[in-house]
Amino acid sequence: MANLSLRQLIKRFDKTEVLHGISLDVEDGEFIVLVGPSGCGKSTTLRLIAGLEELTSGEIRIQDTVVNHLEPKDRNIAMVFQNYAIYPHMTVRRNIGFGLRTSKLSKVEKKARLEEVAAILDMTELLDRRPSQLSGGQRQRVAIGRAMVRDPAVFLFDEPLSNLDAQLRTQMRLEIKKLHQRVGNTIIFVTHDQVEAMTMADRIVIMKDGHILQVGTPSEVYHLPANTFVAQFIGAPSMNMLPARVSQGGVKLASGTVLDIDVPSTQDRNVILGVRPDDLHLTNDSALLEGPVTVREPLGAETLIYVDTGGDEVIAKVDGRHPPVVGQHVKLTASTEELHVFDARTGTAVI
Amino acid sequence: MLPETTVVKATSDTLLKAEKQKRPANMGQIIRWLLLFAGGILMVLPITYMISTSLKWPHEIYNLALIPEEPHLENYTYVLEDGRFYGWFINSLIIAMITTVSNILFDSLVGYTLCKFRFPGRYIVFIAILSTLMIPTEMLVIPWYLMSQAFGWLDTHWGIMFPGLMTAFGTFLMKQFFETVPDDFIEAARIDGLNELQIWWSIAMPLVRPALAALAIFVFLGNWTAFIWPLIVTNSVEMYTLPVGLSSFGDEADVQWELIMTGAAISTIPTLVVFLVFQRFIIRGVVMAGLKG
Repeated sequence: MANLSLRQLIKRFDKTEVLHGISLDVEDGEFIVLVGPSGCGKSTTLRLIAGLEELTSGEIRIQDTVVNHLEPKDRNIAMVFQNYAIYPHMTVRRNIGFGLRTSKLSKVEKKARLEEVAAILDMTELLDRRPSQLSGGQRQRVAIGRAMVRDPAVFLFDEPLSNLDAQLRTQMRLEIKKLHQRVGNTIIFVTHDQVEAMTMADRIVIMKDGHILQVGTPSEVYHLPANTFVAQFIGAPSMNMLPARVSQGGVKLASGTVLDIDVPSTQDRNVILGVRPDDLHLTNDSALLEGPVTVREPLGAETLIYVDTGGDEVIAKVDGRHPPVVGQHVKLTASTEELHVFDARTGTAVI
Repeated sequence: MLPETTVVKATSDTLLKAEKQKRPANMGQIIRWLLLFAGGILMVLPITYMISTSLKWPHEIYNLALIPEEPHLENYTYVLEDGRFYGWFINSLIIAMITTVSNILFDSLVGYTLCKFRFPGRYIVFIAILSTLMIPTEMLVIPWYLMSQAFGWLDTHWGIMFPGLMTAFGTFLMKQFFETVPDDFIEAARIDGLNELQIWWSIAMPLVRPALAALAIFVFLGNWTAFIWPLIVTNSVEMYTLPVGLSSFGDEADVQWELIMTGAAISTIPTLVVFLVFQRFIIRGVVMAGLKG
């Protein structure tokens, strides 16, 4: 049974359509991450699920109830905001307890629930403090606590980590993931950070311009991107994209190299060959690509090298101990199964 | 060792820098203080004269010496023993308090609605409210009087306070302050199950407390010191407010300045209390504490 299901959601602000009919089914207990660049509609989708925006057309079901016309409080959801939005004039205890005001639990049960949540989040000591006395990470935890205390069918997270510094973000990422494993509620998490998406999600939903481009596990979207956008959005540094042409016998690169890839095509056409920097290796034998190194970016264990292959600049990730020097002529290769071929016109994956 | 020496060096550097900056800053500070001092004197002088005059005998009042020749409290005894003063004081207190509470509630309700809800005509309503700020009180007095007459409010408390129960200025002030309350708070409260009125009262209002305090001070002072409208709408001495009552200490032949000043001195007490009570709420930066830090 799907816990949350979106059917053909369309959202218009005045005359501008920002969501063009998106559909998605989320299983009970799944951790779904909506990811995409600014303005792709991911936050709007979340706000539609929360009931903070009105749907133009389509249907939202939460636990088999159509919630299109229900108030946010009646939808059995809880939301964590980017700015935390914990009430500054209330103590942590009241902030967390606020989520329970409409609950039918008895006073004793509410108190027990509040303390349970505080214990899970390691905040028991902080219950009588005010938000101004808390650090950024602690405030974020209060916001999560306020959502958790309601035990909702669906948790909604709207870029909750983007205001934290890098170290704290990594830590909170882990904490949220652990929390999910512990409480098991469905989570819809919005972010523009593909690393967050990859590390946390059971399934990733990649959005662009109000459309869903691909839904899949982190491994699927990484290894089998549906189109050039997904291919470049997921993974850092981005996948190298090289113009090529399909002809009998394989794919021919601009440099003249012909690759033995079986492309299901009846006629010659222009394609884009995609290869991830991680999949390119230095070689002494026949090269897929070659040219002089123009820039080196050491990352420690690995070094990124930018190679000028005669018109196109290609990034490769090589071993950090003995990287080639700038100006050195290098040969790069990749195994055939790690190459991606996209249609040059539509951008969709051909194989 | 290395970090320690660096710290020591850094500290001495900062000290040196501070010392260098000290001298020119001092000159500027002296000038600033002098200006503020002059401003302060200018502010305090009328109040000093008010208190000084209230301690003088009638024959002394045109002698501008700050210290009375024979200071005495007879004027205070006279004003406080004159039964009318208490009535005026109570009238003023009732009117100032009710208008303050009313402004806090209604100005903020309208301000909040104009700020946080999207509805057709919102902008027009806001402009209409703002444009009433351009009409001077003197022009409004006649319509107010006609209204009071029609409703039978002449010479009543209601008649004195009805024009001030809501103000365009207060509405504008509150709307601007509600702009600083992030929508996230309101949406979070909606998800937490509050209705719109509860959100206004228990989430938005506490977040604009400094503005409410400022508004309370403005409205209280404005109504406490209001003169023209209470003078026009009241007829009986019992309905006078303090400023109107005090002015009645003078007649065409003889203005009893020492009594007016005595009454004025006493009437500043509530305004001081209001200011002292509310100013502590005017603490900035409360709103931001619940957001990203």
